[in-house]
Amino acid sequence: MKMELMQPFINSLDAVIAETMGCSAQIADVTMEDGNYKRTGIAALVGISGEIEGRVILDMEMAAAEQATADLAGAAGTLTEETARETVCELTNMVIGNAVTLLNNFGFKFRVHPPEIYVLDGGLQGAADTEAVVLRFETPKGAIYLNIAVHYKQRRSGERPGVKVLCP
Amino acid sequence: MEFKPLTCEDKPKVRFLVVDDSVFARKNLCKMVQAFGGEIAGEAGDGIAAIAEYASTHPDIVLMDITMPKMEGIEAVEHIVRDHPEARIVMVSSVGYQDNILSALQKGARHFVQKPVKPEALYEIIRYVLNDEVAPAPTTAGGEIQS
Repeated sequence: MKMELMQPFINSLDAVIAETMGCSAQIADVTMEDGNYKRTGIAALVGISGEIEGRVILDMEMAAAEQATADLAGAAGTLTEETARETVCELTNMVIGNAVTLLNNFGFKFRVHPPEIYVLDGGLQGAADTEAVVLRFETPKGAIYLNIAVHYKQRRSGERPGVKVLCP
Repeated sequence: MEFKPLTCEDKPKVRFLVVDDSVFARKNLCKMVQAFGGEIAGEAGDGIAAIAEYASTHPDIVLMDITMPKMEGIEAVEHIVRDHPEARIVMVSSVGYQDNILSALQKGARHFVQKPVKPEALYEIIRYVLNDEVAPAPTTAGGEIQS
Protein backbone atom coordinates (compact mmCIF):
# COMPACT_ATOMS: atom_id res chain seq x y z
CA MET A 1 0.00 0.00 0.00
CA LYS A 2 1.23 3.46 -0.86
CA MET A 3 2.35 5.63 2.04
CA GLU A 4 0.86 8.66 0.27
CA LEU A 5 -2.57 7.07 0.73
CA MET A 6 -2.04 6.18 4.39
CA GLN A 7 -0.49 9.36 5.73
CA PRO A 8 -3.65 11.51 5.56
CA PHE A 9 -5.53 8.93 7.64
CA ILE A 10 -2.77 8.92 10.28
CA ASN A 11 -2.65 12.72 10.43
CA SER A 12 -6.42 12.93 10.56
CA LEU A 13 -6.73 10.45 13.44
CA ASP A 14 -4.13 12.35 15.42
CA ALA A 15 -5.89 15.68 14.84
CA VAL A 16 -9.41 14.40 15.54
CA ILE A 17 -8.40 12.59 18.74
CA ALA A 18 -6.59 15.70 19.96
CA GLU A 19 -9.61 17.88 19.20
CA THR A 20 -12.34 15.62 20.53
CA MET A 21 -10.66 13.68 23.36
CA GLY A 22 -8.03 16.22 24.30
CA CYS A 23 -5.10 13.79 24.16
CA SER A 24 -2.37 12.68 21.80
CA ALA A 25 -2.31 9.43 19.83
CA GLN A 26 1.10 7.82 19.25
CA ILE A 27 1.67 5.01 16.77
CA ALA A 28 2.74 1.99 18.87
CA ASP A 29 2.68 -0.79 16.29
CA VAL A 30 2.21 -1.35 12.57
CA THR A 31 1.29 -4.72 11.06
CA MET A 32 0.22 -5.99 7.64
CA GLU A 33 -2.86 -8.17 7.33
CA ASP A 34 -4.59 -9.89 4.45
CA GLY A 35 -7.87 -8.17 5.23
CA ASN A 36 -9.05 -10.85 7.64
CA TYR A 37 -9.47 -8.40 10.50
CA LYS A 38 -10.81 -9.29 13.92
CA ARG A 39 -11.95 -6.33 15.97
CA THR A 40 -10.74 -5.73 19.51
CA GLY A 41 -13.51 -3.43 20.80
CA ILE A 42 -16.11 -1.29 19.09
CA ALA A 43 -15.35 -0.80 15.41
CA ALA A 44 -16.87 1.07 12.47
CA LEU A 45 -16.17 0.62 8.79
CA VAL A 46 -16.28 3.22 6.03
CA GLY A 47 -16.24 2.24 2.36
CA ILE A 48 -14.49 4.37 -0.25
CA SER A 49 -15.17 4.33 -3.98
CA GLY A 50 -13.80 6.23 -6.97
CA GLU A 51 -10.22 6.68 -8.14
CA ILE A 52 -9.19 5.29 -4.77
CA GLU A 53 -11.23 2.43 -3.40
CA GLY A 54 -11.32 0.16 -0.41
CA ARG A 55 -12.31 0.52 3.21
CA VAL A 56 -11.04 1.82 6.52
CA ILE A 57 -11.95 0.41 9.94
CA LEU A 58 -11.56 2.37 13.15
CA ASP A 59 -11.53 0.05 16.13
CA MET A 60 -11.46 1.35 19.72
CA GLU A 61 -10.78 -0.69 22.82
CA MET A 62 -13.84 -0.62 25.05
CA ALA A 63 -12.10 1.64 27.60
CA ALA A 64 -11.16 4.13 24.89
CA ALA A 65 -14.67 4.03 23.39
CA GLU A 66 -16.24 4.64 26.78
CA GLN A 67 -13.90 7.51 27.52
CA ALA A 68 -14.53 9.01 24.07
CA THR A 69 -18.26 8.83 24.70
CA ALA A 70 -17.82 10.61 28.00
CA ASP A 71 -15.60 13.25 26.38
CA LEU A 72 -17.80 13.87 23.37
CA ALA A 73 -21.27 13.48 24.78
CA GLY A 74 -20.73 14.18 28.45
CA ALA A 75 -22.47 10.88 28.97
CA ALA A 76 -20.25 9.33 31.62
CA GLY A 77 -23.22 8.62 33.87
CA THR A 78 -25.48 7.19 31.16
CA LEU A 79 -23.02 5.17 29.13
CA THR A 80 -24.55 2.36 27.11
CA GLU A 81 -23.11 0.18 24.38
CA GLU A 82 -25.41 1.98 21.96
CA THR A 83 -24.01 5.41 22.79
CA ALA A 84 -20.46 4.03 22.61
CA ARG A 85 -21.22 2.64 19.15
CA GLU A 86 -22.64 5.96 18.02
CA THR A 87 -19.52 7.69 19.32
CA VAL A 88 -17.19 5.35 17.44
CA CYS A 89 -19.24 5.79 14.25
CA GLU A 90 -19.04 9.56 14.53
CA LEU A 91 -15.32 9.55 15.32
CA THR A 92 -14.77 7.27 12.32
CA ASN A 93 -16.80 9.63 10.18
CA MET A 94 -14.61 12.55 11.29
CA VAL A 95 -11.28 10.74 10.88
CA ILE A 96 -12.07 9.35 7.44
CA GLY A 97 -13.86 12.53 6.34
CA ASN A 98 -10.90 14.74 7.20
CA ALA A 99 -8.46 12.36 5.47
CA VAL A 100 -10.66 12.17 2.40
CA THR A 101 -10.78 15.96 2.32
CA LEU A 102 -6.99 16.11 2.11
CA LEU A 103 -6.79 13.42 -0.56
CA ASN A 104 -9.52 15.01 -2.65
CA ASN A 105 -7.87 18.39 -2.44
CA PHE A 106 -4.70 16.76 -3.78
CA GLY A 107 -6.58 15.64 -6.87
CA PHE A 108 -7.89 12.17 -6.06
CA LYS A 109 -11.57 11.96 -6.87
CA PHE A 110 -13.60 9.55 -4.79
CA ARG A 111 -16.39 9.48 -2.28
CA VAL A 112 -17.02 7.96 1.13
CA HIS A 113 -20.06 6.05 2.30
CA PRO A 114 -21.74 6.48 5.68
CA PRO A 115 -20.01 4.54 8.50
CA GLU A 116 -21.38 1.17 9.51
CA ILE A 117 -20.75 -0.61 12.79
CA TYR A 118 -18.37 -3.50 12.15
CA VAL A 119 -19.78 -6.43 14.07
CA LEU A 120 -17.94 -9.46 12.73
CA ASP A 121 -16.24 -11.36 15.55
CA GLY A 122 -14.69 -13.95 13.29
CA GLY A 123 -12.91 -11.48 11.07
CA LEU A 124 -13.50 -9.96 7.67
CA GLN A 125 -12.65 -12.35 4.88
CA GLY A 126 -9.77 -11.03 2.84
CA ALA A 127 -9.37 -11.00 -0.90
CA ALA A 128 -6.36 -10.51 -3.11
CA ASP A 129 -6.88 -6.77 -3.20
CA THR A 130 -7.65 -6.23 0.50
CA GLU A 131 -4.16 -6.18 1.90
CA ALA A 132 -4.47 -3.96 4.93
CA VAL A 133 -2.16 -2.00 7.15
CA VAL A 134 -3.19 -2.02 10.80
CA LEU A 135 -1.86 0.79 12.97
CA ARG A 136 -2.18 0.63 16.73
CA PHE A 137 -2.31 4.04 18.37
CA GLU A 138 -1.76 4.39 22.08
CA THR A 139 -3.62 7.15 23.87
CA PRO A 140 -3.82 7.84 27.61
CA LYS A 141 -7.45 6.70 27.33
CA GLY A 142 -6.86 3.34 25.63
CA ALA A 143 -5.76 1.87 22.32
CA ILE A 144 -7.24 2.74 18.93
CA TYR A 145 -6.68 0.63 15.82
CA LEU A 146 -6.85 1.98 12.30
CA ASN A 147 -7.15 -0.71 9.63
CA ILE A 148 -6.55 0.79 6.19
CA ALA A 149 -7.17 -1.21 3.02
CA VAL A 150 -7.24 1.30 0.17
CA HIS A 151 -5.67 1.22 -3.26
CA TYR A 152 -5.82 2.95 -6.60
CA LYS A 153 -8.65 1.67 -8.73
CA GLN A 154 -7.31 -1.29 -10.72
CA ARG A 155 -7.75 0.17 -14.20
CA ARG A 156 -5.99 3.36 -13.18
CA SER A 157 -3.03 1.73 -11.48
CA GLY A 158 0.18 2.79 -13.09
CA GLU A 159 -1.35 6.00 -14.33
CA ARG A 160 -0.49 7.80 -11.13
CA PRO A 161 3.17 7.98 -10.32
CA GLY A 162 2.33 9.53 -6.95
CA VAL A 163 2.01 12.97 -5.54
CA LYS A 164 4.89 15.16 -4.54
CA VAL A 165 3.76 16.32 -1.12
CA LEU A 166 0.61 15.18 0.61
CA CYS A 167 1.04 16.44 4.10
CA PRO A 168 3.05 19.30 5.47
CA MET B 1 -17.89 28.98 27.15
CA GLU B 2 -20.89 31.33 27.39
CA PHE B 3 -22.61 32.60 24.25
CA LYS B 4 -24.78 35.67 23.88
CA PRO B 5 -28.16 34.32 22.67
CA LEU B 6 -28.50 34.45 18.90
CA THR B 7 -31.20 36.69 17.50
CA CYS B 8 -33.08 36.76 14.23
CA GLU B 9 -35.37 39.64 13.31
CA ASP B 10 -37.94 40.03 16.11
CA LYS B 11 -38.16 36.37 17.07
CA PRO B 12 -37.51 35.47 20.72
CA LYS B 13 -35.47 32.41 19.72
CA VAL B 14 -33.70 31.31 16.54
CA ARG B 15 -35.21 28.04 15.32
CA PHE B 16 -32.95 25.31 13.93
CA LEU B 17 -33.43 22.21 11.81
CA VAL B 18 -30.59 19.74 12.47
CA VAL B 19 -29.92 17.19 9.72
CA ASP B 20 -27.43 14.36 10.21
CA ASP B 21 -27.69 10.59 9.84
CA SER B 22 -25.75 10.14 13.09
CA VAL B 23 -27.98 10.38 16.15
CA PHE B 24 -24.87 11.17 18.14
CA ALA B 25 -23.91 14.09 15.87
CA ARG B 26 -27.47 15.45 16.00
CA LYS B 27 -27.46 15.33 19.80
CA ASN B 28 -24.16 17.19 19.92
CA LEU B 29 -25.36 19.86 17.47
CA CYS B 30 -28.63 20.23 19.40
CA LYS B 31 -26.65 20.78 22.60
CA MET B 32 -24.64 23.51 20.87
CA VAL B 33 -27.80 25.12 19.49
CA GLN B 34 -29.26 25.25 22.99
CA ALA B 35 -26.02 26.75 24.32
CA PHE B 36 -26.40 29.46 21.64
CA GLY B 37 -29.89 30.24 22.97
CA GLY B 38 -31.57 28.61 19.96
CA GLU B 39 -34.52 26.25 19.72
CA ILE B 40 -34.74 22.92 17.86
CA ALA B 41 -37.58 23.14 15.34
CA GLY B 42 -36.89 19.68 13.98
CA GLU B 43 -34.40 16.93 13.25
CA ALA B 44 -33.87 14.70 10.22
CA GLY B 45 -31.61 11.75 9.44
CA ASP B 46 -31.42 12.04 5.65
CA GLY B 47 -31.99 14.49 2.82
CA ILE B 48 -35.53 13.38 1.99
CA ALA B 49 -36.68 13.77 5.59
CA ALA B 50 -34.93 17.16 5.73
CA ILE B 51 -36.94 18.49 2.78
CA ALA B 52 -40.21 17.44 4.41
CA GLU B 53 -39.15 18.74 7.81
CA TYR B 54 -38.13 22.10 6.36
CA ALA B 55 -41.51 22.50 4.66
CA SER B 56 -43.38 21.79 7.87
CA THR B 57 -41.22 23.74 10.33
CA HIS B 58 -39.76 26.68 8.33
CA PRO B 59 -36.68 27.02 10.55
CA ASP B 60 -34.44 30.09 10.60
CA ILE B 61 -31.29 27.99 10.14
CA VAL B 62 -30.60 24.50 8.83
CA LEU B 63 -27.47 22.62 9.91
CA MET B 64 -26.99 20.03 7.15
CA ASP B 65 -24.62 17.05 6.95
CA ILE B 66 -23.37 15.99 3.49
CA THR B 67 -22.85 12.22 3.52
CA MET B 68 -26.19 10.64 4.37
CA PRO B 69 -28.24 7.66 3.19
CA LYS B 70 -31.25 7.98 0.81
CA MET B 71 -30.38 11.53 -0.26
CA GLU B 72 -27.16 13.40 0.42
CA GLY B 73 -27.06 16.88 1.90
CA ILE B 74 -26.07 18.78 -1.25
CA GLU B 75 -29.04 17.41 -3.20
CA ALA B 76 -31.33 18.26 -0.28
CA VAL B 77 -29.99 21.83 -0.30
CA GLU B 78 -30.87 22.13 -3.98
CA HIS B 79 -34.45 21.00 -3.33
CA ILE B 80 -34.96 23.19 -0.28
CA VAL B 81 -33.51 26.35 -1.84
CA ARG B 82 -35.51 25.82 -5.05
CA ASP B 83 -38.75 25.79 -3.03
CA HIS B 84 -37.62 28.24 -0.33
CA PRO B 85 -35.03 30.69 -1.71
CA GLU B 86 -34.84 32.42 1.67
CA ALA B 87 -33.52 29.25 3.36
CA ARG B 88 -30.34 29.72 5.37
CA ILE B 89 -28.41 26.47 5.28
CA VAL B 90 -25.01 25.81 6.85
CA MET B 91 -23.29 22.59 5.82
CA VAL B 92 -21.71 20.68 8.72
CA SER B 93 -19.66 17.73 7.56
CA SER B 94 -16.42 15.87 8.12
CA VAL B 95 -15.97 15.64 4.34
CA GLY B 96 -14.91 19.12 3.30
CA TYR B 97 -13.09 18.90 -0.01
CA GLN B 98 -13.26 21.91 -2.25
CA ASP B 99 -15.46 20.45 -5.02
CA ASN B 100 -18.03 19.39 -2.45
CA ILE B 101 -18.11 22.74 -0.68
CA LEU B 102 -18.29 24.75 -3.88
CA SER B 103 -21.08 22.51 -5.10
CA ALA B 104 -23.03 23.08 -1.86
CA LEU B 105 -22.50 26.84 -2.06
CA GLN B 106 -23.57 26.88 -5.72
CA LYS B 107 -26.74 25.02 -4.79
CA GLY B 108 -27.56 27.69 -2.22
CA ALA B 109 -25.89 26.75 1.05
CA ARG B 110 -24.63 29.82 2.91
CA HIS B 111 -21.56 28.36 4.59
CA PHE B 112 -19.60 25.27 5.55
CA VAL B 113 -18.23 24.04 8.89
CA GLN B 114 -15.97 21.01 9.09
CA LYS B 115 -16.32 18.38 11.83
CA PRO B 116 -15.13 18.12 14.54
CA VAL B 117 -17.18 21.26 15.16
CA LYS B 118 -15.77 23.95 17.41
CA PRO B 119 -18.79 25.59 19.09
CA GLU B 120 -17.29 29.09 18.93
CA ALA B 121 -16.65 28.75 15.17
CA LEU B 122 -20.16 27.47 14.52
CA TYR B 123 -21.62 30.28 16.62
CA GLU B 124 -19.76 32.95 14.65
CA ILE B 125 -20.78 31.50 11.30
CA ILE B 126 -24.45 31.23 12.32
CA ARG B 127 -24.35 34.82 13.55
CA TYR B 128 -23.01 35.97 10.18
CA VAL B 129 -25.53 33.91 8.24
CA LEU B 130 -28.47 35.14 10.33
CA ASN B 131 -27.46 38.72 9.63
CA ASP B 132 -26.90 38.00 5.93
CA GLU B 133 -23.34 39.20 6.29
CA VAL B 134 -20.32 37.85 4.46
CA ALA B 135 -18.73 35.30 6.74
CA PRO B 136 -15.04 34.38 6.68
CA ALA B 137 -14.15 31.84 3.98
CA PRO B 138 -14.78 28.23 4.95
CA THR B 139 -11.68 26.42 6.14
CA THR B 140 -11.20 22.68 6.09
CA ALA B 141 -8.55 20.08 6.81
CA GLY B 142 -7.21 21.03 3.38
CA GLY B 143 -7.05 24.78 4.07
CA GLU B 144 -9.13 27.76 3.00
CA ILE B 145 -11.60 27.30 0.15
CA GLN B 146 -10.83 29.30 -2.98
CA SER B 147 -13.85 29.99 -5.17
